[in-house]
Amino acid sequence: MAPRTFQITAGAAVAAFVLFPLWAVWRHSDALASLGEAEWAALWFTLKQALLSAFLSVFFALPLARALARTQFWGRQFVIMVLGAPFILPVIVAILGLIAVFGQNGIFNLLWTAFGFERISIYGLQGVLLAHVFFNLPLATRMLLLGWTSIPSERIRLAQSLGLTARGRFCCVEWPMLVQVVPSAFAVIFVICLSSFAVALTLGGGPRATTIELAIYQAIRFEFDFATAAMLGFMQLTVSLLAALIAVFLGMTNGFGFGLDRSLPCVARPAFEQFWDGMIITIAILFLALPLAILTITGAAGLLELPPSVWVAALRSVLIALGAGVLCLMLALPLCTRIGEVIGTLGIAVSPLVLGTGIFLIVRPYVNPFDIALIVTLCVNAVLSLPFVLRVLRPNVEQTSKTYLKLSQSLGLGPWAQFRWVFWPRLRRPLGFSAGLVTALPMGDLGVIALFGDAEYATLPLKIYQLMGSYRMEQAASGAVLLLSLSLSLFWIFDRWGRGDAAH
Amino acid sequence: MKHFTFAAGLLSASMALADAPVLTVYAPDYFASEWGPGPSIEAAFEKECNCDLQFKTGDVLSRIILEGARSEADVVIGLNTDVTKKARETGLFAAHGQDNSQLTLPLTWTDQVFLPFNYGHTAFVYNAEKLREAPQSFDALIHSNDELKVIIQDPRSSISGLALVLWVKAVFGEEAENVWEKLAPKILTVTKGWSEAYGLFTEGEADMVLSYTTSPAYHIVAEGDLTKKAAIFPEGHYLMVELAAKLKGTDNPELADAFLAFIMTDTFQNLIPEENWSLPAALEVSEWPQAFQELPLPEKVLFYSEEEAATLRGVAIEEWRRALSK
Repeated sequence: MAPRTFQITAGAAVAAFVLFPLWAVWRHSDALASLGEAEWAALWFTLKQALLSAFLSVFFALPLARALARTQFWGRQFVIMVLGAPFILPVIVAILGLIAVFGQNGIFNLLWTAFGFERISIYGLQGVLLAHVFFNLPLATRMLLLGWTSIPSERIRLAQSLGLTARGRFCCVEWPMLVQVVPSAFAVIFVICLSSFAVALTLGGGPRATTIELAIYQAIRFEFDFATAAMLGFMQLTVSLLAALIAVFLGMTNGFGFGLDRSLPCVARPAFEQFWDGMIITIAILFLALPLAILTITGAAGLLELPPSVWVAALRSVLIALGAGVLCLMLALPLCTRIGEVIGTLGIAVSPLVLGTGIFLIVRPYVNPFDIALIVTLCVNAVLSLPFVLRVLRPNVEQTSKTYLKLSQSLGLGPWAQFRWVFWPRLRRPLGFSAGLVTALPMGDLGVIALFGDAEYATLPLKIYQLMGSYRMEQAASGAVLLLSLSLSLFWIFDRWGRGDAAH
Repeated sequence: MKHFTFAAGLLSASMALADAPVLTVYAPDYFASEWGPGPSIEAAFEKECNCDLQFKTGDVLSRIILEGARSEADVVIGLNTDVTKKARETGLFAAHGQDNSQLTLPLTWTDQVFLPFNYGHTAFVYNAEKLREAPQSFDALIHSNDELKVIIQDPRSSISGLALVLWVKAVFGEEAENVWEKLAPKILTVTKGWSEAYGLFTEGEADMVLSYTTSPAYHIVAEGDLTKKAAIFPEGHYLMVELAAKLKGTDNPELADAFLAFIMTDTFQNLIPEENWSLPAALEVSEWPQAFQELPLPEKVLFYSEEEAATLRGVAIEEWRRALSK
C-alpha cells in the first residue's frame, strides 16, 4: 500500500530502536556472560508458561470470539470494549483484582468452600496461567473477532444456500480464516508472556516460577552484570522472532477469497447454538469483569479525594498515550506486510529493562536522560503497541489490496485517490480500533524508565506505584480506577469513531 | 499556542533554571515522591542553603555505575548497606566528613564514605485481630502450623527480600537451607518488591508479611489503626540502614558537604519518622514522635558488614532458591 521507501524507513526505525539499545548494553559490559543452573531453569520455565498461556488464551478465545461474532444483543459493543480492559491494567493492580476473586479469601474460594470443597490455591503454575489468560484472552478474542467479521458475507450466504452443515460451514468458511489469524494471535501472546515477571513470580508462588525477565532484572539492578543481561535479552529476542516467523509462515495461505464487501444480515439460528453462545459470553464476562468490578467498587469511593498531582499525572499520561497513538499508527501503516509483522514483534520481544538501560547508555553522552524520560516513554509505548496494531491492520490492508488494487489501477486512481476511496473506508474501523488499543495500553511502562523516571513528572502508573510504596494502598486503588476509566474512555472514543455510523 | 505551551510544560522534564546553584541528588523514586520525605527535605534545605536542590529519581546505584565519573550527581541518597561494596569499588565516592559519633544507630558506625540517615529492621508484620497467636520467635515461626501463610519478597529483585535471606543466614548459619525448607510450606508467595507484598497483605491474603519493625507506626499515626503489629523475635532482627554519600566528581563540593551536614541536623532527622516511616539515624529516642517511642523494637540486632554481605549473598540466595523450588 505504502511506497517502498516508507516501508523501509519505518522498518529500519523500529529495528534500530530495539536492536541498538540491546547492542549498547552488550557493549557496555567488560566481562563474559555466564549462565548458571538458575538461569537455565528460568529459561525453561519461561518457555513452558509462555507456550501454555498462549495456547490456553487462544483456545478459550475461539468459542468466545465465535459467539460474539454471531450473536447480536443489546450492549454488545460495550461488552466487547470492557472485555479488553484487563489488557490495559498495570500489572500490580490486575494481580490485586485477580486475588480478590481467586485468592485465599476470594469470592471463588468462599463459594467453593461453602459447597464443602477444599480451598483451591491460586499460587503455582495454575495461577500464572490464570493471570496470563486473564490478560490475553481479550486480546486473542479481539483478533479472532476481527477475523470472523472480515469473512466476506457472500461466502457465508453461499454456505447457507448450499445448505452446508455446521461442520461443513466450519471447514469451508471459518477454517481458512482461522489458519491465518490463529498462529498470529498465538505468537503475539507467546511473546508477551515471554517477558512476564511480576505476574509469574507473584502468582507462581515463588522461585519455581522464575522467568528470564527476573534474571535480567537481577543482573541489571543487583549484580550490575550487563553481559548476562544482554545475553538473556538476546535469548528473549531470538525466541520471539522465531515465534513471529513461524506464525507468519503458517499464516501464509489466504483462503478468504473475494467478496463484494457487504455486511451480513442477521439470520435465524438454532436455539441450542444461541444458548451455547450466550453461556460462553456470560462465563467470559464473569471471568474478565468480576476482578475489575471489585477493583472499581473498592477504588471508586476515593476517586474524588485523589490529590491534584494524581490528576495532573493522569493528564500527562493521556497526552503521552495520544502521542504514542499517532506515532504507532504512522509506523504501522507502512509495516502492514509479512516482514513488517516480524519486525513489529521486536517491540515486545526485548525486555523493557534492557531497552531502557540501552537507551540510557546511548543518549547519555548527548543529553540528560531525565529531560527525555517522557519522550522515551512515548516512543517505547508506540513501539510496544506496534505488534498488536499490525495484527489488526495487516489482514485488512492486505485483503483490501488484493481485492481492490487491480480495479483501482485499471481505473487509473492515483495514490491519494486510492487511499481516500479504496483504503480509507475499509480501514477506518480497524484504524479506530488500533488507535483505541494504542492509546489505552498501559500508559507508561515503568521498566523502561527505571533508571531515569522523574518523580516530578510522573505518569499515572508511576503515581500508583508511589502510593503503594508509601503504604497508601486505598489511594492506589482509586488511582487504578482513574487509570482504568481513562483508558477505557480513550479506547471507546477511538473505537466509536472507527465504527462511524456503522455503514461499513 | 497556549494549549501547546501547556502541553509542553506537562511533558518537559527540564525545570526553568533559577540563578541559585543547583545541588543534584540521586534518590530512589519512593524517597522523592510527594508521599516520601523528599519534598519536605528539599524545602527545609533550600531555606538555609540559598540553592536549588533537585532530586533525580531512578535506580540510584545502577545509574551511578553506568555513568561513572561523568555523573552529574553531587550526592546520592538511599543506598543500602547490603550493596555498598559495589558502590565503594567504583571509587566514585568521597569521604562524608561528618562525625560518626553523633549517630544513634544500634551499632557502632565507622564508615567514612557512606553516611547513615535512617534505619529499620526486617520484621514479620501481622494483623493482631485476625492472627491472635502470632509466632513470637523465629523458632515458633518455623514450627508453626502450615496453615499459617506468609508473604515475602524475592531476594533477587528486592532489597528487603535480600535482607530476609541474610537475616535467616545470620540466625541459622549452616542450617539456613534446612530452615527455608521448613518455612517453604508457609510461604504463600514471593513478590517482586515490598509494595506488592504489602498490598496483598492489606487485602487480607496472608497472615504475615515481610516488612519492617516500623510499619505499624504508619497505621497508628496515619490511620489510627492499632491492629497492625510487628512480631519481635528474640533471636534478633536484621538491621537495614539507608545511606547517603558525596561524589568525588561533584562540581559543588561545598554545597554537597552542606547537604551531608544537614542530614545530621535535627531538622532533617525529625522529618524521617513520619515521612519515611523509619527510624532516624542521628536522633535520641526521647526526641522521636510518641508512636515511634512506644514501638516495640528488638533488643538484639543482627548485621553483616558489606564485605560479609557480599560474600554471603550468593550462597544465601541460592540456598533460598533451592529450598523453595522443591
